[in-house]
Amino acid sequence: MSGVLDEAPVVLAAGASPRAGAGRPPEKRRRRRLSRGDTLIGYLFVAPQVIGILAFVILPLALILYYNFHEWNVLANTFRFVGTENVERLFSDPKVAPVLGATAVFSIGLVIGNLGLALVLAVLLNRKVRGITFFRTLFFSPVVVSLVAWTIVWGFLLQDDGGINGLLAMIGVDGPNWLREGPTAMISVIVVQVFKNVGLNMILFLSALQGVPKEVTEAASIDGAGKAAIFGRITLPLISPTILLTTIITIVGSLQVFAQIAVLTQGGPGISTTVLVYYLFQQAFEFHRFGYGSTLALVLFVIVLLLTIVQWQLRKRWVFYEN
Amino acid sequence: MKSAKMLSAAAVIAAASLVFSGCSGSGPSADEPVALRMTVWTSNEAQLALFNEIADAYRADHPEVSSITFDPLDFDSYTTTLTTQLAGGNPPDMAWLLENSAPDFVSSGALVPLDDTLSSTEGYQLDDLSEPATQLWRTEDGDLAAYPFSTSPFVVFANDDLLAAAGQPTAAELEASGQWNWNTLSDIGAKVNAATGKAGFIVRDFEYTQWDYLSTVWNGWGATPWSADGKTCTFDAPEMVDAFTFLHDAAFTKKSMPGPGTTADFFAGDAAFTVTQISRASLLKDSGITSWELLPLPAGPEGEYSVIGQAGLGALAQGKHPEQAADFIAFFTNPENSAKLATYFPPARTSQLTASTLSAANPVLTETQLADVVVPAITSGTVRPSHTGAAEIQQEVRSGLDGLWVADADIAGTLGGVCDAIGPLLEQ
Repeated sequence: MSGVLDEAPVVLAAGASPRAGAGRPPEKRRRRRLSRGDTLIGYLFVAPQVIGILAFVILPLALILYYNFHEWNVLANTFRFVGTENVERLFSDPKVAPVLGATAVFSIGLVIGNLGLALVLAVLLNRKVRGITFFRTLFFSPVVVSLVAWTIVWGFLLQDDGGINGLLAMIGVDGPNWLREGPTAMISVIVVQVFKNVGLNMILFLSALQGVPKEVTEAASIDGAGKAAIFGRITLPLISPTILLTTIITIVGSLQVFAQIAVLTQGGPGISTTVLVYYLFQQAFEFHRFGYGSTLALVLFVIVLLLTIVQWQLRKRWVFYEN
Repeated sequence: MKSAKMLSAAAVIAAASLVFSGCSGSGPSADEPVALRMTVWTSNEAQLALFNEIADAYRADHPEVSSITFDPLDFDSYTTTLTTQLAGGNPPDMAWLLENSAPDFVSSGALVPLDDTLSSTEGYQLDDLSEPATQLWRTEDGDLAAYPFSTSPFVVFANDDLLAAAGQPTAAELEASGQWNWNTLSDIGAKVNAATGKAGFIVRDFEYTQWDYLSTVWNGWGATPWSADGKTCTFDAPEMVDAFTFLHDAAFTKKSMPGPGTTADFFAGDAAFTVTQISRASLLKDSGITSWELLPLPAGPEGEYSVIGQAGLGALAQGKHPEQAADFIAFFTNPENSAKLATYFPPARTSQLTASTLSAANPVLTETQLADVVVPAITSGTVRPSHTGAAEIQQEVRSGLDGLWVADADIAGTLGGVCDAIGPLLEQ
């Protein structure tokens, strides 16, 4: 109350009418109140997303970090602190290096195969000819098929006496036992996954290609640039934001591959197709080592985080015309 | 403003209700109705109907039990799903357990001992349980941690239609002439394959990954995967090398056994012989095979032998109602219900291990077949291999044996590698 009484002479001294002077503080308060109200509504709008991220991303991440320092015997229902034992196991586990190697091979193969094929398909389908919608739908359709159903069908096709070798036999070729031999097993898993998701990146590329202004490519053509030069020096730089997006999505997705390995090879032959997520699953859910499984999950998190940061930083060098 | 306040109030109420609803999920009180859940790996409607019939009879005398649910899980990932339910704080009250996971469940204290409940149940006749059948399910202290509700022997089914089409003697003729052994079976299988393009013999469910099913073969060579105390790997022992040499020869040289990555189903008429459990006899009905024979496992170099698969039923210590669960198991497996369950699961009660009891439950099989093949196998069979840390050992051996299933494999070297891989696990 004293504050209001103290303010009154100052307002009057400023030459303003008492009515006007008395109105300024309430206006400020109203602005503040309105602003607070707007803020609250804003918070409420983002609340579902924030709660979702807290409950399904941040909390599990915190729990994984916590479990990483513990060993949890699910059957005996015991939970004990083991300090850095799981981290030490990570560095002494002879399987970690081959598992990371298999993960790298899978990811590199998938990224090159998926993005390369998606770009080729998008370029081929970026034209106005009769029936083009059919082909676009055809190449996109595997994306909407159930992943496990898709993988099981491919599992039958890739058997030693399966459809692929049957086709090869018709032209006199004795096909390999695709899922039972080291190199062909990894190649098979990569190819199955490339065909499954190539349609999604194809559509993104197609959309980006259709956003390239025709006048730019026409101008280049008038200036004497060939098709390869136009594609390499004009089209690719113009769609580079989409290339960045698809690269990040594909790399992150490739590091999380699980169902295809579980259905097609169960990590074999040997451990040649045991990628990090599958190894993590084995340790946590099959061998009941939830603590060590959590440590492996942290490794996966750090790898994904680092790769995303690196790509995000590199975008400054190779991404153009980013909005 | 008004709407903002209302929204805020709604959010606070929603959050509070979430918190309070979470807090209200405390343990059951004594007066609360008991809901029991049993995880099983069958989704066979007739079997589930029988379980529900037994459960209804139990609930009639136990009004405090509001429901008994049988929860079918996928067989291939059964143990993984069960342990995930335990880890997720959603343990079943009772669970079927496979013999290969028995040591882990029994030794960890995950199961409630059943002895007191079973022995105090009127008319249970605990002494009637076959001692060899319960061995795997006892703790170090001798407590019965799970009831062996199914003791199913491995046998050979022969497709006489296919043998006749290939111009080969029937299985019964082979047995009568004293030639029922693995070498003859493989030779005839190779001739069937050459004549018809179909498979000679199959070890069902092995599929070049579930290697423990091969115990139905290597036992004939007197081989075991590890020593009796479970501490030493014996995959590299000469008798095991000989057994795997036989299998490798069958798959890659004689072609009497389908190679890796090749599918063949005996019950679709794709093979002359299959090694499988007796419970698969029900598949013969729709197989299209008109003439078939049931035989014991063929003799190996070490003579005749038999192998059994087991399934246990236990009450989970982490379940909400372990005592009530143990009580229901006592009812589920009492003499009367055990006889009903024998329709699908060969019992561990010695009084019910007779050809006449089993033939009533297995109309596909004759009393002679049951008396000559099934009963002797149950009473004298060796249980499929099991060990603590079974999942990791299973994975390591599978991974190691992948090197053996190629045409130019170094069999002894590969089996030595298997021992290098599992040796440290066995010592734990």
